[in-house]
Amino acid sequence: MKSEAESRPVSPSRGRRLGAFVFLSPGLTYLVVLLLVPLVLVLSYTLFQRGRFGGVVYEVTGENFSRLIDPLYLSVLGTSLKIAGLTTLLALLLGYPTAYLIAQLPRKWKTIALVAVVLPFWTNFIIRVYAWIILLNGPGLLNSGLKALGLGPYELLYNQGAIILGLLYSYLPLMVLPLYAAIERLDPQLREASANLGASAFSTFRKVTLPLTVPGVLTGCLFVFVPSFGNFVIPEMLGGGKSVMVGNLIRTEFLSARDWPFGSALTLALVAVLVVLLIAQSWVARRA
Amino acid sequence: MFRTRFTRRLPAAIAVAGLALAAAACGGESTNAGAAPAATADQLNPNADLSKQSVNVTVWDGYTPKELPQKVKDKLKFPLKIAIHDTNETAMTKLTTGGDSGIDVAFVSGQYAQALNEQGLLEPIHPELIPNLSNLYPEATQLSYDKGNKYSVPYTWGTTGICYRSDLVKTPPTSWKDLLQPPAWADKKVTMMTTERWLALPALKALGYSVNTDKDAEIAKAKELLVAAKPHLLGYDDTTFGDKLTSGEAVMVEAWDGWCPTTSEKQNIKFVVPKEGSDLWVDTMVIMKSSKNKEAAHALINYILDPEIHSWAAVNINYKVPNKAAMDKVEIAKGSLLDIKPAELLNGESLIDLGQASVKYTRLATEIRAQS
Repeated sequence: MKSEAESRPVSPSRGRRLGAFVFLSPGLTYLVVLLLVPLVLVLSYTLFQRGRFGGVVYEVTGENFSRLIDPLYLSVLGTSLKIAGLTTLLALLLGYPTAYLIAQLPRKWKTIALVAVVLPFWTNFIIRVYAWIILLNGPGLLNSGLKALGLGPYELLYNQGAIILGLLYSYLPLMVLPLYAAIERLDPQLREASANLGASAFSTFRKVTLPLTVPGVLTGCLFVFVPSFGNFVIPEMLGGGKSVMVGNLIRTEFLSARDWPFGSALTLALVAVLVVLLIAQSWVARRA
Repeated sequence: MFRTRFTRRLPAAIAVAGLALAAAACGGESTNAGAAPAATADQLNPNADLSKQSVNVTVWDGYTPKELPQKVKDKLKFPLKIAIHDTNETAMTKLTTGGDSGIDVAFVSGQYAQALNEQGLLEPIHPELIPNLSNLYPEATQLSYDKGNKYSVPYTWGTTGICYRSDLVKTPPTSWKDLLQPPAWADKKVTMMTTERWLALPALKALGYSVNTDKDAEIAKAKELLVAAKPHLLGYDDTTFGDKLTSGEAVMVEAWDGWCPTTSEKQNIKFVVPKEGSDLWVDTMVIMKSSKNKEAAHALINYILDPEIHSWAAVNINYKVPNKAAMDKVEIAKGSLLDIKPAELLNGESLIDLGQASVKYTRLATEIRAQS
């Protein structure tokens, strides 16, 4: 069957083409209207000058791009990469064992565990972040607990550590789920075979399980890295506004500085970083 | 209540940060404000039949009494429709894109009114149609973005200062330096604002400069002070500084008067305008040039200036109103937010839109906040 379909020359009947068109058009329209058009708009804004009320004045300039390599903005980019990178690494270290353990559970418990992973998403994001403030701040729960033990108070909040903690907490499920999917899909017989051939549990993990789940690892890393990299709420709330990430910068340029062209240039830079990561991810995933 | 205010004042903050600089560029706000292209007034008919008109207003949520449309209907006989904007920016987008926005009366902050007027979008105010203008404090006609209320009528006004916990400070703050160089007992228990113009304000005022300065040397001096202050701050905060004060995380914060939670019980939260001076913000009412209901629009503004209506803002949302007759009706507790006299307020400098120079402030704020 399959080979027959493949060998047939690519000339679907008119009816099938129409069918394809009908079924694809909602998705295509969605992509064109909500992704392509805005992207082209953002791209075109970068070429013009800032308008007085926001918006743009249609006078061509290259300034928005030359401003990007200003050390100030490069340092912001560096901070964002550092924070998002550390978050992703920690999420992987925490997420992999979690996903692995869930995959080993009996079916009934698996479902419960997965629901538990997703459960935090049922509460509003801002409220969950706010909860961390109440936990960590000077008069907060943690510090009062430590005080009772004769320790502290420690400055747990309003620094980069708190930002990473908040991002990690918020996006960890996005690491666990793809990892779980990848680990769950593994054929248990491969591991059994490895054990039968005398491999220790550790080398089975290193030589069989891990390489086979690399695509899941990469997907999880991307899912955590991307929203962390562009986040602006957590640096504001948990970072006390004392660190600036790309997301904060873009927000400022659009909302308070009303410099849409430069905001657009920053947005494009962010998209460029993410596209590079996506390409790298698909390249590695294909080789794995 | 505190939280709802946020949406209202944020716009003012943002507004200031960026608006219409042209005026400054042409050399001085006061000479410019009146000279804008808008100055040709329509002939309005004082005896127009208002019941044939209708008025659309755009305003911040919760900024006018809920029952206003009904009262207007009963008293002035024309329908009033209220639309909401969350920031000055949104209002500007509504009012400046396309020809007729369908809006007759808009509530925007002073600098934005200035910018709209420079674009020729505002109808000059016809004082003869607003007899209640006489209720305003004399000071309310001396606002630097629009001296003489030629195209805008002030609705609320206030300033920026230090909001503090009188039970947690050893000595009450009196100067911006208390914020910039906090004493040891306040170290890491102080916040400053995030938005650029207000982030710069304490340093500019402490150095004796104008809050509207566009001189690089002065901005650089201010930057030094602000960078030195950063390690002693709890954080930069535009929105939750009140919460930080009530929780005791912070003991002193830079705050807009209306946002300082002085009314919260139990705690002793006070507001002070530092001796070096501060700013003056005004939220205004303007009539759009494109309005086809200008007589009714004037009648509405006149009605809002009625002490009965205007005092609502002071009583219910704790904002000072520039209306003497209205403020005289309100019971003002000594030392409360409402207890700042117009003359004192007028010592504050109105923030004006800096045009291209506003980019300098954005950069300043980014430099300071990105500093590690």
